[in-house]
Formats: sequence, C-alpha cells, structure tokens
Amino acid sequence: MINWVGLYTLFAKEVWRFLKVTTQTVLTPAVTALLYLLVFQTVLEDHVEVYPGIGYGAFLVPGLVVMTMIQNAFANSSSSLIQSKMNGNLVFVLVAPLSSLEFFLAFVGAAILRGLLVGVVVWAVALALVDLPPVHSPAWLLAFSVLGSAMLGILGVIAGIWADKYDQLAAFQNFLILPLSFLSGVFYSIHDLPPFWERLSLINPFFYMIDGVRHGFLGVSDVDPVLALTVTAGSTLVVSALCLALLAKGYKIRH
Amino acid sequence: MDAILVRDVHKCFASVPALRGLSLAVSENSFFGLLGPNGAGKSTLIGILAGLVRADSGEVRVCGHEVVRDYRRARASLGLVPQELVYDPFFTVRELLRLQAGYFGLGRRARPWIDELLALLALEDKADANMHQLSGGMKRRVLIAQALVHRPPVVVLDEPTAGVDVELRQALWALTRRLHAEGHTLILTTHYLEEAEALCERIAIINRGRLVALDDKDALLARHPYRLLCLTLDREPPSLPDPLRARLVERGDCQFTFRLDRHGDPVGAILDQVRALGVEIVDLHLEEPSLEEIFVHLTRESA
Repeated sequence: MINWVGLYTLFAKEVWRFLKVTTQTVLTPAVTALLYLLVFQTVLEDHVEVYPGIGYGAFLVPGLVVMTMIQNAFANSSSSLIQSKMNGNLVFVLVAPLSSLEFFLAFVGAAILRGLLVGVVVWAVALALVDLPPVHSPAWLLAFSVLGSAMLGILGVIAGIWADKYDQLAAFQNFLILPLSFLSGVFYSIHDLPPFWERLSLINPFFYMIDGVRHGFLGVSDVDPVLALTVTAGSTLVVSALCLALLAKGYKIRH
Repeated sequence: MDAILVRDVHKCFASVPALRGLSLAVSENSFFGLLGPNGAGKSTLIGILAGLVRADSGEVRVCGHEVVRDYRRARASLGLVPQELVYDPFFTVRELLRLQAGYFGLGRRARPWIDELLALLALEDKADANMHQLSGGMKRRVLIAQALVHRPPVVVLDEPTAGVDVELRQALWALTRRLHAEGHTLILTTHYLEEAEALCERIAIINRGRLVALDDKDALLARHPYRLLCLTLDREPPSLPDPLRARLVERGDCQFTFRLDRHGDPVGAILDQVRALGVEIVDLHLEEPSLEEIFVHLTRESA
C-alpha cells in the first residue's frame, strides 16, 4: 500500500524548497539561457542555417530550453539530497514510513516540475526575442520534456546519494552532465559534424531528448522522433532501475 | 508485548564490529536507560531501531513490528530525537512539523496536535521563525516535537541534554517524565549517569557491542559490592591501622571516607576500630554507590 500523504508531502516539500529561492532556482538559469541565446543569435543568425527556412535563433531556442530544463532537474534533486545529507536532516525522511519508490517518485516529480517551470520561463522570454513559429506538436514536446527532466532528476538522485561532499557532486555535474548536454546538438545539428563525432553523438542519450524536443517545437529533427522517444524512455527506465536499486539497498544513506 | 525486542543482533562497519550478538527487551511503558562508553554501540542500536542502520543479522522489533519487513508500522511506532541539532534551513518550525506529520501519512488532521505540541514545548512564539534563528535549546525542543508529531508509543532520546543549560535540562526531564506518565515508552541514552539514575526505571549497559548489564535500576545499584562510610571525627587520629588504611578512599579535615565491602565489612566492626584510636565520631553516614561507579566497574570488567 502506498503512503500517498507521505509521498505528496515529500514531493510538496521538494517543490516548496525550490520555490522559496526562485531567484536562484528559476530566474538565474533563465537569464543564463537567454545570454546564450543573445550571444549566439547575434553572432550566427545571418551565417548559419541548420534547417531550411528556420533561423538559427529559432533552431537554438528548443535546445536551450531543454538544456536548461535538464540541468535544473538534475540540480533540484542532487542539491536537495546532498544538502540534506551534509546537514544531517535527511534523517527526518529516513525515519518516516516511506518506501524507496515513494522517495524516488517525490524527488523525481519535483525535479520534473522545476525542469518544466524553468523551461517554460526560458521559452516565454525567448518568444519576445526570437521569431518563433507556433509549437509543432505539444504532445511530443511534453513527452520529451517530461522524460528528459525525469532522466536528469533521477541522475540527480543517484548523484546526491553517491556524493559525500559538494566537490564530488560538482565533479558529477561538470564531468558528466555538462559535457553530455553540451555535446548533444543544442547548438548544432549532428549532421554537420565529422562522421566520427556524429557517430559518437548517436550514443549520447541526451542527444535524443534534445532532438525530440526540437521536433516538438519545430517539426524538424536529426533522427526519427519515435526512435528518439524509444531511446529517451529506455534510458530513463535504465537509470530508474539503477536508482531504485540503490535506494532499496540504502546505498550511502542507510548504513 | 515488548515495546522493543532485540535478539542476537550483529552489525559490522567495514570489518569493525559495532554490535556483537546483542539481545535485550524493553517492556511497554517503561523508562529505559541505554548506557555505554563512546563506541559501545548505542547509536548503532538506535539507528537500527529507527531504520537508519541495517543489522547484518538478528531480529529487531518495535511494538512487535520487524524493522525491515514491516518497516512502515515499526517506524510509525517510534519517534527519534537525534543527538545532533539537525534541521532543514529552508523551513520554519511550524512548516517542519507539518512536513514531518505528512511523511507519517498525517495531513491536516495533525494540525491541532501540532498546535498542542508547540504549546507543550513552549515554542508558540517561535512557530513561524526559521530554525536558524533559534537558540540551541529551542532547536532541541523542535527536534522533540518532530519526534512526537505522529504520536509514537515509543520515543528514543539520543543524548537529549548534551550541551544544554541547567534550566532546559530540568524542563526536558519534566517533559520526559510527563511523556512517560502519559503511557509512552521512553528510551534514553545519556552520558550523564545521574540523569539515567534520576529518570530511568530499567537500565542496560553495553560495552564493545555486547550487553554488560540489564536490570532494574535499584537492583543494578544494589548489585554493586561496595558502599561508602563517611565519618567526621572530633580530631585527627595519630595514625590509621592497616585494615582502615586499606579501606580509606578519601581524607579531609577530620573527615574520612572508607569503602566497605557490602558483605565482608560490617559497619559496626569498622566503627569499633575507629573508636579504638581514642577519637570520637561526631557524624557519620553511609553512601550507596552511584550509577557512575557501577558503570565504571562493569565496563572495566567487560573490557
């Protein structure tokens, strides 16, 4: 039997936590994404056309939206967990009658919500700066946004329970999450890469979620959106299984 | 049914044994003291009871519920007041209590009890303050409120008075007595042995992961083979004979304290030997051993 009230409370607490510091958790990443947009659009708008009839700014916005979403989804669960571990207040959740699945769903649910919220803010502000066509497919867009945020929220839980100090979490973020998200076609089409790098991009699961979001926004993509959805969902399932196994084992949180 | 049942529990951290076949039971509605030197295994045992630590083997039950297989009911039956002043810096006192109640499956229906707890612990004025604005004593009260928010039948207090001032210590003693009177089972770990002596009815002493003693407090105190005879004399005796000198533990200005074997040293014989020195006994009293002496005696024996 599920402890629904407990699950909802932990989810609400994780949401409440980031809403208490929206300048840091919502506005700052939105401003960062917009700075990328302004710089790259100003420099490259007249020089680069990735897809026929679509300006570089319009090409860039979906990538920036999803990159911001996934980085914030990761930051939400990972920073909350590492802070709770370092402060020692994780004990209050661990002594409660919450299952590993409830713990997982609450943290990942809040990460998805923050990802979507930051994504919407970036998109809304981008609308004022870039001539964007209407959203091609809200359903595809939502599916990839939720799955992408979920995958990174789950990776955030894994990083949060694995890391013993902030330094280790920063390493996870800077040496794994950041390269995978920058080298995933946010700023370019992988078809423009040399063959070796194009093939390498195809084994990066982040590429598929970014390509899928771009398909949802613009109706153009580097690979078939069904393939992208399959890879994104499959990757999310794999990291979910790993995360649930770690939680069930009590890895680094129940000694 | 026992409030706590621990049967043959083993736990190692890496290759270092923390608990070595520990077994004990705590009956319902008792005030139980868990004593032991640093590293004895007290925190490990409490962690296992609360689900923070997993035993390598053995059986642990809280109110009859096994702590791993039936963890929901076991955890709902236990309230833990942690030793460290830990808190989530994002929330106010009231918010923390509501969140804690929520984790235990209690929603809005816990709110009247939360208000009651705030009043009981004199936290009403601080209900909307952030935790980092509170003094150490106030933070300690919030931790107690968090442990009680789901009305657990068993409350574990892990060194609740460590580092608190006398006034707060008295307040915490009064609160624990009240909880006990209301039917809670209380388990107290403390380094202040006079605290265990004042509050607990039954005491377990563990050392190096093993149970050294488990008995009613009075029986434990009576088990100690020594007691102290304190004499005030009218003047200094010229010298003490060997039998008296062997038993002398403290000497002051005409004051002498002798340690007597409870069974082998009749008080009358000792007094006769003192009087034989040609001095008058102005005052005398017997002191029973404190828990501290018993603790030292037992833990030294088991080392």
